[in-house]
Amino acid sequence: MESRALYQEVILDHNRKPRNYGRLEQPTHHSEGLNPLCGDHIQLDVAVDGEQIKQLAFEGQSCAICKASASMMSAAVKGRSVAEADQLVDGFRALATGTADAEQMVTLGRLRVFEGIKDLPSRVKCAVLPWHTLHAALHAQSVVSTEGDADPVPGNPT
Amino acid sequence: MSAVPFSHNTTASNQGARSAEGATASTAPVAAAVAHAVDSGAAHGSAGVAGMQPDFDLARVRADFPILSEVRVHGRPLVYLDNAASSQMPQAVIERIVRYQRSGHANIHRGVHYLSDQATNAFEAARSTVRAFLNACEDREIIFTSGTTEAINLVASSWGRSALQPGDEIILSELEHHANIVPWQMVCDEKGARIRVIPVTDSGELDLEAYRRLFNARTRLVGVAHVSNALGTVNPVQEMISIAHAYGVPVLVDGAQAVPHETVDVQALDCDFYAFSGHKLYGPTGIGVLYGRAALLEQMPPYKGGGDMILSVSFEKTTYNHIPHKFEAGTPAIMPAIALAAAIDYVNGIGLPRMGAWEQHLLAHATARLAAIEGVRIIGTAPHKAAVLSFNIGNVHPHDVGSLLNDEGIAVRTGHHCAQPVMKRFGVPATVRASFAFYNTLAEVDLLADAIGRIKTLFE
Ligand SMILES: Cc1ncc(COP(=O)(O)O)c(C=O)c1O
Repeated sequence: MESRALYQEVILDHNRKPRNYGRLEQPTHHSEGLNPLCGDHIQLDVAVDGEQIKQLAFEGQSCAICKASASMMSAAVKGRSVAEADQLVDGFRALATGTADAEQMVTLGRLRVFEGIKDLPSRVKCAVLPWHTLHAALHAQSVVSTEGDADPVPGNPT
Repeated sequence: MSAVPFSHNTTASNQGARSAEGATASTAPVAAAVAHAVDSGAAHGSAGVAGMQPDFDLARVRADFPILSEVRVHGRPLVYLDNAASSQMPQAVIERIVRYQRSGHANIHRGVHYLSDQATNAFEAARSTVRAFLNACEDREIIFTSGTTEAINLVASSWGRSALQPGDEIILSELEHHANIVPWQMVCDEKGARIRVIPVTDSGELDLEAYRRLFNARTRLVGVAHVSNALGTVNPVQEMISIAHAYGVPVLVDGAQAVPHETVDVQALDCDFYAFSGHKLYGPTGIGVLYGRAALLEQMPPYKGGGDMILSVSFEKTTYNHIPHKFEAGTPAIMPAIALAAAIDYVNGIGLPRMGAWEQHLLAHATARLAAIEGVRIIGTAPHKAAVLSFNIGNVHPHDVGSLLNDEGIAVRTGHHCAQPVMKRFGVPATVRASFAFYNTLAEVDLLADAIGRIKTLFE
């Protein structure tokens, strides 16, 4: 697939003006995501109140795919419960690897602009990194790497 | 034996002619591309490039490399500008590999049978070809390794472990590839030695004054790239070597990016070690070379133990073989070594000076075209560069650029190029790197520049 199809206006716009960009003053959860192969590096702060994700913010150096994915993720999970966020994480990973079922597709909504990433194996990790980092933050891992044991897309060619 | 195998001139052109005939359809666009290249050089009027043509038959040379016409990316012809990562292989080398595997393969230095003799002779002839290519004094100064990385590891482990003492110092430059940093860190950690770093100027050159000041009584070795893979800077290694030798310090030159672009003469350089990889010189992966001054190699302990590197083995005492075999334990990469020699023959047939001259024109044209695009920052602007162009477009991440270029069939490298210290020096996490070979055309450079212009607009 040509990657141009992925660089749609939505993605370019989130890259230009990322939502929830920066750091939180009082995060309850934090994680750092690294993709050593291309140098993507993001910090993710989350403020959880009870079961609800009240705030989240990310910052870092990354390609447009990663930044847009983080920005759209932040908009998608803000205000949701941790359990709902977990479902979205699973759904997004499935989307990026081309294994999402019909129900997940519905839940993902606007995030489906990333569907084409499944045909760009070298870029899958860029899109998944923020989600991987969110999962780690919510489940108390401080640093995650796309090259670790917990690689979200094991065996994915890089 | 003569240093330059003359017959190859004809071999190369015969091959060119043959493949051109067999593939008229696929070479026609090349001819067109070449014609266009000349035009576009004129159209953009970059000084010294307009109307420029290589001093060899470019269409024929392109026909020597099957991959250039056989591969299409998204329905477009391949524009291969990632030669510094690995270059493509000409038909002559592919045929040599096939011939070896069909009728020349056996283990070497071991059998008394016909094939083993054939393979041994071809392997040792390959060593002589490499010796002549580097103008080394003796064949035994040529050690086959798996690549530049292993060549440097060999010196770091063997020489480093035996020569370094706590408090000793090694000088490396800020623009080294990780392959010429990490092996030294490993041995220095083990030995309590330390690394001193030659800084890089804003244009990407080594600061020679600072280099001179790094020497002291504890300096044991200098390790420096002949050509930087990330910036393209050609370092003044000859001058650096004579400075080091004035202090009695040996020098290892990482020549991975130099040998494909210019004639290297290890005697004229007076270097102590010189390393390069076959796959960046139109040969296969899995083979590389360490040249070492015989006197130094003889003093060095073996690096790996096994068969072939011994004269006799008993559990009481093992006597090591002479150089180069002392450093070539186990069955070596026989076919890749022979193929490397074929690649050198091919290169000699065209001539590195002619190849290098064309690559300089490609570089000049690419530099002029990219510099004319607002927002493009070229990283590495030394006056003396090999055919490597590193750049960024505003804040667009190199990975996005690389993916979008790939849509147009253009292959470039994006990332830190295994040279993170120099990326840090220029304050960028990564760059886009276009690297040229003599088979590239001005038209390809124009395709790159046009695509960069479009990508820049897309992200505005
Ligand atoms: C300057 C330099 N040194 C060393 C290397 C390592 O070469 P290899 O991976 O073939 O061992 C490279 C290749 O990228 C290089 O460009």
